[in-house]
Amino acid sequence: MSDSPSKARAEARTTTESRDTGEVAPAGDHPLPPVAVPVDEAAKPRWTPAKIALWVAIGLLGGVSWTMLAIVRGETVNAAWFVFAAVCTYLIAYRFYSKVIERHVVRPDDRRATPAEYKADGKDFVQTDRRVLYGHHFAAIAGAGPLVGPVLAAQMGFLPGTIWIIVGVIFAGAVQDYLVLFFSMRRGGRSLGQMARDELGRVGGVAAMIAVLLIMIIIVAILALVVVNALAQSPWGVFSVAMTIPIALFMGVYLRYLRPGRITEVSIIGFVLLMLAIVGGGWVSETAWGIALFTLDTTTLAWAVIIYGFIAAVLPVWLLLAPRDYLSTFMKIGVIGMLAAAIVLVRPEISVPAFSEFAGGETGPVFPGSLFPFLFVTIACGALSGFHALIASGTTPKLVHKERQTRFIGYGGMLMESFVAIMALVAALSLDRGIYFAMNSSIAATGGTVEGAVAFVNSLGLTGVNLTPDLINQTAASVGETTIVSRTGGAPTLALGLANIMQQLIGGMGLMSFWYHFAIMFEALFILTAVDAGTRVARFMLQDTIGNVIPRFKDMSWRPGVLISTAIMVAAWGAILIMGVTDPLGGINTLFPLFGIANQLLAAIALAVCLAIVAKRGSFRWMWIVAVPLAFASVVTITASMFKIFSQVPAVGYWANNGTFQAALDRGETGLGAAGTVEAMRAVVRNTAVQGTLSIIFVTLAIVVIATALVSVVRSFRSGGGVETEDAAVPSRTFAPAGLIATPEERRLQAEWDALPAGVVDAPRSH
Amino acid sequence: MSALAGTVVGGVRRARWFITSLMGDRAYDVYVAHRSARHPELPAITERQFWIERYREQESSPQSRCC
Repeated sequence: MSDSPSKARAEARTTTESRDTGEVAPAGDHPLPPVAVPVDEAAKPRWTPAKIALWVAIGLLGGVSWTMLAIVRGETVNAAWFVFAAVCTYLIAYRFYSKVIERHVVRPDDRRATPAEYKADGKDFVQTDRRVLYGHHFAAIAGAGPLVGPVLAAQMGFLPGTIWIIVGVIFAGAVQDYLVLFFSMRRGGRSLGQMARDELGRVGGVAAMIAVLLIMIIIVAILALVVVNALAQSPWGVFSVAMTIPIALFMGVYLRYLRPGRITEVSIIGFVLLMLAIVGGGWVSETAWGIALFTLDTTTLAWAVIIYGFIAAVLPVWLLLAPRDYLSTFMKIGVIGMLAAAIVLVRPEISVPAFSEFAGGETGPVFPGSLFPFLFVTIACGALSGFHALIASGTTPKLVHKERQTRFIGYGGMLMESFVAIMALVAALSLDRGIYFAMNSSIAATGGTVEGAVAFVNSLGLTGVNLTPDLINQTAASVGETTIVSRTGGAPTLALGLANIMQQLIGGMGLMSFWYHFAIMFEALFILTAVDAGTRVARFMLQDTIGNVIPRFKDMSWRPGVLISTAIMVAAWGAILIMGVTDPLGGINTLFPLFGIANQLLAAIALAVCLAIVAKRGSFRWMWIVAVPLAFASVVTITASMFKIFSQVPAVGYWANNGTFQAALDRGETGLGAAGTVEAMRAVVRNTAVQGTLSIIFVTLAIVVIATALVSVVRSFRSGGGVETEDAAVPSRTFAPAGLIATPEERRLQAEWDALPAGVVDAPRSH
Repeated sequence: MSALAGTVVGGVRRARWFITSLMGDRAYDVYVAHRSARHPELPAITERQFWIERYREQESSPQSRCC
């Protein structure tokens, strides 16, 4: 209704604690300049003709690009239009929509100190330069997710995925990241689980905690499945990815004993070794012993990842996790930049239709189900990723220098991830469609053979597709693989697309196989880091929970507790992983929707917590900014879960499939569809039961959390606001610009601060 | 010419500052600066010791990476 109560409260608070001018009490005897640009100057930008012209130009270019994508129907569409449409829309959303959110929902106040200032400890709470923190935050949120989902979604044609990635990030994903970051920062960097408990009460809080733990397990399992699928039958890939372990160990020892703190130096060394490992993989894969040693099937690889996951999670952080993390951060920033440049320079032509033959049905071979809701759960990372709420309420809020920077870091950081997703989509779309479907149809459909793949893909009735065995064999040979049939999971497809684009820029066909394995390598690197870190976080949560019953488990240095809890968590995701690789129906295409649903449910939980907080702050008029994405995420995930639980189409519904196979078994049949033996049929019954049960648990938990959030909102509405759970405001004694580029006012203020004699301010100076 | 050289040197220095800050090379310097400003009474800590403690703390409060 009105946002007056909380506004009045907020004003009362700031006026008592810092004067309206934003000036701060002197440090010792030296007066400090203002710590914030005065509110009216910050809020009202001056529109110069040059600025207006710039934004009109951005708007026009964006409009033309969207027209080229959505309306003009040529034979092909150029990839450059995807890049322009995305970038222009991001710029407009960042400049205008995120400002609306800032002014009416977030209401940051630079006169308040951030936790990095009032809790400064030089380690976890450090005032960090906004540009550095942006890079940090981006490296923490972006991983393999935005590279995989869009590749699978390319099944539906180019337009649905493009629209969802761009529109979804603006109204949902970036909003969630921004709000969670800000609200966590106002609470001293509290985690999402703690905020859920504070805002939603005991029931909602416990449901949120269980959901987070389960989601962590399913996400680790499915990411591991992506790696396993990418490395199966690929001696080159197995060798080079395996080499990352000794490389990381070397880096760890180097940092520990030789040159502590020289992280960039050791990362460069590690990167060079990594390149050598990729080149070496090419040689190894041509030797008889290399082929014999490193050609592994999916089950063996799955066990290798499980054993690796356990060992990595109990080894000291400095030995394996930290150096691997440095490598993947280093690669992430570099590779993303390289990719963007390559796509803009090469500008591949895309011949995939806007809406494919599968956009209207629910029998697509890559992932089953109708466009709504399954497109929206297949592309989670890049559009709306609940997992980010864990990062935005983890390290990042403790490092923010000034409150108004959260827009650049939270909202802006997510826009960058969305751009990564667009690039992955473009890479997948640039492939020959026949090859795309040969790679992404499950082994149950293709039989895993070239002939089977050709027969299957040509039977799909795709316009303009005429796949030949030669084309498959040539493609496989060009990337140094023995086969590319049914290499599901997205990673090999993306790697092929990237290799195709990169070789046109650097190296030609001679470097095709290098680029392919380079792409496989960096995806595997991100994923194995996520597996390791995810196992540690899950173990930590489990130890904390068991600790309530057996107090000793809370002691993180008690080895038996660590080993037992790690084993339980690894067993949990390992079981799902093994289930995925042995699934007669193909694994990834049945499990990936569960990954997306889990991720989006986490987003719904995070948005529900944000909604409750916004209501408590009394800003009901602008609540739709949170309510709309929450409603959408809830509808998508709950509908998708209902399809998975209740759909009568066996390809879509877990229980429908379960019933079909159980009935066949009861009739004494010894084979059904892709499951050719009684054993395989029993596996299908078992797997679908597990998947169906998980679906039920997820959706129940999400409904509980959303319901408790709504109860809290109604309660706030009735009383015109609620009890603030923020930390007490502390006046700030430091200044920094809010956005990427400092405004003239900010530059003026910064000059005043820079002119202060040394020692007056102890905040770190930036460059 | 010297103005151009100055710009190039400045750019390289800024890039170096950005990358080393991002990767974490400067964490020890930041900590030492904090400690000498706020807690000058505490004994000095070597870089080696700082990193040993830092990784130990990471062990007891793990952070997830995203997918």
